[in-house]
Amino acid sequence: MLSLAPITTALRAAAMLLFVVAIAACSRTPDNAMMTGVGNLGPGGGAPGSQQEFLVSVGDRVFFETDSSSLTTEAAATLDKQAAWLNQYSNYRIMIEGHADERGTREYNIALGARRASVVVNYLVSRGVNGQRITSKSFGKERPVAICNDISCWSQNRRAVTVVQ
Amino acid sequence: MTLLTRRNALKLGLASGLAMAAASTAQAQLNITVEGANFQPLPIAIPDFASSDPSFGRETAEIVRANLRRSGLFLPLDPASLPVQVGDVNATPDFNTWRTANVTALVMGAVDRGGQIASSVRVWDTRQGSQVVGKSYNTDPNSSRRVAHIISDAIYEALAGGSGYFDTRVVYVAESGPKANRVKRLAIMDQDGANPQYLTDGRTLALTPRISSNNDLVTYMNFEDGNPQVYLLQLSSGRQQRLASLGAMTFAPRFSPDGGTVAFSVEQGGATNIYSVGTGGGQPVQLTSGAAIDTGPSYSPDGSRIVFESDRGGSPQIYMMSSGGGNPQRISYGQGSYSTPVWAPKGDLIAFTRQSGGQFNIGIMNPDGSGERMLYSSFHAEGPTWAPNGRVIMFFQDPGGNDGPKLQSVDIWGRNLQTIPTESYASDPAWSALRS
Repeated sequence: MLSLAPITTALRAAAMLLFVVAIAACSRTPDNAMMTGVGNLGPGGGAPGSQQEFLVSVGDRVFFETDSSSLTTEAAATLDKQAAWLNQYSNYRIMIEGHADERGTREYNIALGARRASVVVNYLVSRGVNGQRITSKSFGKERPVAICNDISCWSQNRRAVTVVQ
Repeated sequence: MTLLTRRNALKLGLASGLAMAAASTAQAQLNITVEGANFQPLPIAIPDFASSDPSFGRETAEIVRANLRRSGLFLPLDPASLPVQVGDVNATPDFNTWRTANVTALVMGAVDRGGQIASSVRVWDTRQGSQVVGKSYNTDPNSSRRVAHIISDAIYEALAGGSGYFDTRVVYVAESGPKANRVKRLAIMDQDGANPQYLTDGRTLALTPRISSNNDLVTYMNFEDGNPQVYLLQLSSGRQQRLASLGAMTFAPRFSPDGGTVAFSVEQGGATNIYSVGTGGGQPVQLTSGAAIDTGPSYSPDGSRIVFESDRGGSPQIYMMSSGGGNPQRISYGQGSYSTPVWAPKGDLIAFTRQSGGQFNIGIMNPDGSGERMLYSSFHAEGPTWAPNGRVIMFFQDPGGNDGPKLQSVDIWGRNLQTIPTESYASDPAWSALRS
């Protein structure tokens, strides 16, 4: 199970793994290619009830203040729209991913991401979404979406993402 | 009681063998020098080790020189400048020659590979014309670098006091790839960055390893099961398994000093509390309660107390409690927030990460929270770990952006910042005990 491979060999393996991970990530995170709508997705954000519609018309994420897991007015408004959509299309399961920015220590941010995810789960349940449909997960600061050294990036990374599955 | 041996004098970094009074003054300087700005590393001459394989003798001496140089307490002299190029452990050195070359501390070594590696070393005080220490070792033929580390520890202990820390390893997280999708896997290496080996395959995120006092168990958090869970990995067998099945997310594991228990965090519904469980299994015991984030536990060396971080008062701060749980007392009161407390091996200090004024600091304080000192400050640094002799702290530093972290070390006097060479980005170092 455990291989003590020389590090150079293992680095090559890591590069291959990374390639696979990158492809997998593209298939389920909103990026520009998906947002512009190609294939059979109509202009303006996808067919009614599609994951694409959820991404584009509803909004899949909410943002938090520094070291906070309180919902802003804007975040609550987004979650209201999410709840309405999820209640209309009740066949989807939902994963809430909690994230933190990089301006905290690793373990604390794991806990902070979990707390943010939990706040979102509770809010969606309070708006009528069946809790049985929802799971949550924290990535701490390990999976940032914006990479830079200033506030504009950090604010995008302090997020909870609702992934419809 | 106040008898001053020449060995003490060498410890002080004295340039000459002076009278008692002068030496006493210098001894008074020991504390001052070590703590203050006047510290001078001790110059030391280490000719290549004698060997039937001269390149082996040279490599061994070079590892010893590099170790002592990186400690910050020694200044190995350029071997080319020495009056003797290859050591001789079997003869008394010609002290006059060395004195003339202004060398006080002299190391003579020999090393040879047979069925085992046979090595011997003598440390001489040339002013006094006496031997400070003489040792010989027979070791596994496959551990030639370890021999050099063991010899380095013997020299360090003889001249710098305390115990050494060179024959140790560091478990860490090797990171590669772009930041948004970085591969993070466990690895282990010698304390000087040599002999790195991966411990996990990189399919899933593996973070925050710690190594047990017998150097055979590693506990860490693994995203294998979706949410992070605490795992145990046995280095000698390669076996690994989940530590406890509490259903929720578990993370931030730390061994008790005897390695028989792991304290860790359990997240449930947004609240994070500290639990402990035996490494052999059993029922987890809940140590903290409430809606706050309680994480980063660290046992005192006697196992009686746990220091941890909690945001129960608002921002993350450091708290202390009995290792059985209950009645935590806050000990950090400076500006900003505090996290990742780590108890020093001797119990005299606690290292931590402090965020303040947009900077991250690595600092130390007494276990009652007094005497706080910052050792390092930068845009981002976190995760201190102690060398087993309690004099050096390793941590990781990250410049931010698309760059990645690297391992650095600093001593408890805030001197001697060093980068530990790794083949990839590296974070979350955990320093082992001295190997046996």
